[in-house]
Amino acid sequence: MKKSIKMIVTLTVLGALAGIILAVVFKMADPLIQINKEKELKAAIFTVLPAAKDYRAFTKKLKDEDVTVYVGLDNNGSPVGIAFKADGNGFQGNVGIMVGLGLEFNKLKGIQVLDQVETPGLGNRILEQWFMDQFKGVEVHPKIEYIKYRKPEKPNQIQAITGATISSDAVVTNINHAVKVVTELFTAEELIGAGGTADTGGGG
Amino acid sequence: MSEAAEMAQPIEEEKQSLMSEFKKGLWQDIAPFRLVLGLCPALAVTNTLVNGVSMGLATLVVLVASAASVSLVRRFIAPQVRIAAYVAIIATIVTVTDLFLQAKFPGVSKALGPYVPLIITNCIIFGRVEAFAQKNPMLPTIMDALGTGLGFTFALMAMGIIREILGFGSIFGFKMMGDWFTPWIVMILPPGAFLVMGTLIAIVNYISHRQSSQGEEA
Repeated sequence: MKKSIKMIVTLTVLGALAGIILAVVFKMADPLIQINKEKELKAAIFTVLPAAKDYRAFTKKLKDEDVTVYVGLDNNGSPVGIAFKADGNGFQGNVGIMVGLGLEFNKLKGIQVLDQVETPGLGNRILEQWFMDQFKGVEVHPKIEYIKYRKPEKPNQIQAITGATISSDAVVTNINHAVKVVTELFTAEELIGAGGTADTGGGG
Repeated sequence: MSEAAEMAQPIEEEKQSLMSEFKKGLWQDIAPFRLVLGLCPALAVTNTLVNGVSMGLATLVVLVASAASVSLVRRFIAPQVRIAAYVAIIATIVTVTDLFLQAKFPGVSKALGPYVPLIITNCIIFGRVEAFAQKNPMLPTIMDALGTGLGFTFALMAMGIIREILGFGSIFGFKMMGDWFTPWIVMILPPGAFLVMGTLIAIVNYISHRQSSQGEEA
C-alpha cells in the first residue's frame, strides 16, 4: 500500500508541476509568438509583391472560415497585385505559403514559404531562394504543375526538388487551391476599387 | 603530511573525478558511436553540417537541464514510476525551450524548426538520466551531461561533414567541390546515413581497441 501511494503521489505532483510550468510559460510566450507570426506575415506581403509599399486587407467568409486578401499598393496608392496565404498538408505537416498574384489573376508575382516542418535537407529545401524564385511569372491557368528531373517546359510549370517530390507537390497543390478559392470569392474590380477594411500596414 | 596538504588531496581527487566524468562523454563513451544511443537524430538530421551542429547543441542544452533536474529530485521519485517521471521532466523542459525560442529568438527557432520537439525522443537523455543522474549528485551529473552532449555534437559534426561534402559537395552551404564532382545523392538519404554511421563506429572501435591494447603492453 505504501509503495502504491508513493508512486501515485510522485506522478501526481510531477504531472501537476509540469502542467503548471507549461501553462505559465505558454501564457507568457504565446502573445510574443503571435506578434512574431504577424510580423512575418506582413513582411511576406512585401516580399511577394516587391512593388508594394503599403497594403489593404479584404476579408470574406467562406463556410465559417475567414479568407483574407491583401492588396499591395505602391507609393501613389495604386494596386500592384494581391497577396494571400495558402495552407495545406505537406509531407510532415502544414505547408503555409504567402502567394503574390497579379491583378489580371493570371500570373504569380512570387511566393514566400512561411510555415513548414518538412524533412531537413530535403523537403525543407522548398525554402531555398531558387525554388521560390521559380514561381515568379508562372501562369496559374489551368493550374500550376511540377516537373521532375528537367527544366520547366510550359509557362505553368516549375521544377520539383530532387528527392522531395511530395513537399514540392504540396507547395504547388496548396497554391492552386488558394488561387482557386480567392479568384472565385473576390473579383478584381472589388479589390482594386476603393473600400475594404482600412487595415493598412507600415511601409515596406 | 601537513593538514593543509591533507585537505587539498580530496579536493584534487574530486576535481579529477569531475574531469573524468566530463571527458568520458568525449571519447570512450561517445554517443552515438560507443554509447549506441541517439542514433535517430544522428541518422536523420546530419545531411548537412548546419543541421547536425544545431541538433547537437539543442540536445546538449536539454540534456544538461534534464539531468540536473532529475539529479535534484532523485530522492523523491518512486523507482517503479521513474520512466514516466523522466518523460514528464524531459518533455516539459523541451517544450519550455521550444516556446522560449519561438517567442524570443524566432530566427533561431525557424532555423532549428522541427528538431527541438524531436529531442524528447532522444535516447541519450533517457540513457544518461537512468544510468547516472538518478544516482549521483548535481555536480558530477552536470559534468557527465556536458561531456556526453559535447561528444554527441562532435559526432554529429563528423557525420554532417562527410554527408554534406559527398552528398551536396558543400560545407555549411559553401560549395567545396568543383564542377567535376557529381554529388552522391545516396549520402543525403537514409541508406547513406547508415553507411556513414557504420563506418564511423567501426573506425572508433578500431582506434579504441588499438589504444587499449597499447595500454596493456605499456
